Amino acid sequence: MPDPTRIDCDIHNEIPNLETLYPYLPDHWLDYCRESAFNGPDAADYPESVPTTAREGSSAKPDLAEVQNCAMQDVEIGILNCAYRVQSVRNEDLAASLATAVNQWQVEHWLEKEPRLRASIVVPSHNPALAAKEIERWGDHPGFVQVILPVRAEAPYGNRRYDPIYSAAVKRGLAIGIHYGGAPGHPPTPTGWPSYFIEDYAGMAQIFQSQVISLVCEGAFERFPALRVALIEGGFTWLPSLMWRIDKEWKGLRHNTPYVRRPPSEYMRAHLRLTIQPLDAPPNPLHLAQILDQCGAEDLLLYASDYPHCHDDQDILLDLLTADQREKICSANARAFYRL
Amino acid sequence: MTAQFGSTASVESGPVTKDQTNGHGANSPVSSVQQAPRYRAPLDTAIIDTDIHIYFPTQDALRSYLDESWQDYHRTFGQRGFDGSHYPRAMPNAARHDAWPDDGTPPGSNLPLLQKQLLDEWNIEVGVLNPLVGAGEQRNLAFGAAFARATNEWQVAEWLDPEPRLRASIIVPWEDGELSAAEIDRWGSHPGFVHALLIARTKEPLGRRKYWPMYEAACRHDIPIAIHFGGAAGVPITGSGYPNHYIEDHGGMPQTFQAQVISLIFEGVLQQFPTLKFVLIEGGFAWIPPMLWRMDSAWRKLGSEVPHVTEPPSQLFRRHFWVSTQPMEEPFKPDQFRQLLGQLDLDDRLLFATDYPHWDFDAPDRAFPVPLDKERRRKFMAENARALYKL
Repeated sequence: MPDPTRIDCDIHNEIPNLETLYPYLPDHWLDYCRESAFNGPDAADYPESVPTTAREGSSAKPDLAEVQNCAMQDVEIGILNCAYRVQSVRNEDLAASLATAVNQWQVEHWLEKEPRLRASIVVPSHNPALAAKEIERWGDHPGFVQVILPVRAEAPYGNRRYDPIYSAAVKRGLAIGIHYGGAPGHPPTPTGWPSYFIEDYAGMAQIFQSQVISLVCEGAFERFPALRVALIEGGFTWLPSLMWRIDKEWKGLRHNTPYVRRPPSEYMRAHLRLTIQPLDAPPNPLHLAQILDQCGAEDLLLYASDYPHCHDDQDILLDLLTADQREKICSANARAFYRL
Repeated sequence: MTAQFGSTASVESGPVTKDQTNGHGANSPVSSVQQAPRYRAPLDTAIIDTDIHIYFPTQDALRSYLDESWQDYHRTFGQRGFDGSHYPRAMPNAARHDAWPDDGTPPGSNLPLLQKQLLDEWNIEVGVLNPLVGAGEQRNLAFGAAFARATNEWQVAEWLDPEPRLRASIIVPWEDGELSAAEIDRWGSHPGFVHALLIARTKEPLGRRKYWPMYEAACRHDIPIAIHFGGAAGVPITGSGYPNHYIEDHGGMPQTFQAQVISLIFEGVLQQFPTLKFVLIEGGFAWIPPMLWRMDSAWRKLGSEVPHVTEPPSQLFRRHFWVSTQPMEEPFKPDQFRQLLGQLDLDDRLLFATDYPHWDFDAPDRAFPVPLDKERRRKFMAENARALYKL
């Protein structure tokens, strides 16, 4: 069976270094960056030598040519996720200017040079008002299809403080992409700081789970019925267990949150999509098939290579799918979700 | 191989229709809460309840077990914990409304009522007490140690001595490894104590070295370390800040348990203490298979950072961890619960628990959403706990 045309929902275009952004920064911040020891956001989501950061033969920060040569075969459309964490820059005005610079760089160096690519708007989401302005700046550019938020944030994303971001995104038909990583300054677990990178990495799935609980239970999807959220690079095999748990919680506690009018799993199914990498797959394909069935994954998953990051082979998943399911996961779901 | 899987969800986001619930069968607030009679299991096995909560009836009762100097301290300064991290529960004391004693003392503080409502009502052979009274969450660690010791003496005098069906937990001031080790050494050979009790939300991940003296003491006495739902340690209760609602606090507890398992395994506790056993209480268990898959996958790629972890995390988990059943996740369809048990592969490790007197109590005949074979019933309801706790 020939591969269907794919829409790859997670390709990374990273800023090589702070100097890359100098041509796009206002004079004030250019001077500030040159005169200070500021070296860019200090989030350490992808240490360059760590084995998950780049697969064999690829760079941690691939340029356009590498992406075109290595990540775009059989790909009809690729969605870029730039993981530049302006949110970990405490000076919110500098963060906002950096975000604008990143987005301008994305337009000039990626979108204008490769028509198969779409991009994600980087925003200073720790200041939602400034983030909304950034969304308004780029929202009408046809190359941007979503707003990217790091999964680690100062407050869970269902919190109403983020409403200006959702309002601006919904108004312009943009999706929200919640992506692996971030450095808000507080611990990545509910129980303090772990010692090792592998703990941050393995534990990132729990933060995605917390964000799903928050978005549903704090009523974000009731306030914004058109809000579409992609969970990117957070795994998906945990979704059935989360649906079961939170549906049960809702039966017992929904009188505390009367605006959550339907079982939480219904909001998850209607508003969330999840990228397929990392698979975090069980060793037994039967168990993976059970997980897919339990959450109705054929309609929820989005194909993603997560280039250049290194993950397990996706064939264990794709081999389980019928031609119809494969077509949905490899392209139709993304086409509908991102309005491509 | 091509294994089809069926789904009825719609591709487009937008209004949810009945078809999208995958067996959940709900499309409005009224119809969505299933009121059909719940499956009832036969009560044909022994029952060991591994999660019962008791509380001091009054603050005076607590003080009567403290040394005189700490009595004055407690009267003057009270209990000082990590403020600003607590969520009002949905009901007073998070308790069943019928569990309040007539004299107005808190649920779980009255032995005759506990005997009547729990031990006699359900013919419980053995019940394990997990007092969540706050000794481990004191910022004053010396007071925490005195508080822990008082709680342990109270358990012996007022619960173990008069009621032979009960077993107790060694309460420790867990944020101090040495003080906790001393408390474990004090009670470790007392036959009434079956584990040392920690809370899920500690100040640091439990794999960190500051906690290791406590694990060393647990190994000395061959008693498990139990980690129970709850806690407030002064850091946000998610990896992404403080949520707004109790449902997020309560429903988000599995994320805390996952963080603790990840820490205990990757920080090398199980290699350092190869005989150590952990019991995860009141965290549910459906999150375990996907967490183990992710941990194994991470270890295959990133294991060089933690060379002390010399075997797959899933293997370590299945050797060192036991898990209580309540509150158990309830899949949309009965078959999915059986699939979960298959993925879990922990038939010898699940321990039945009621969580008396809390609001989300699991009755022994209604805890499991589907019929289980007799062998699994025997194991889950009593025999796994009997083997673990040597009852």
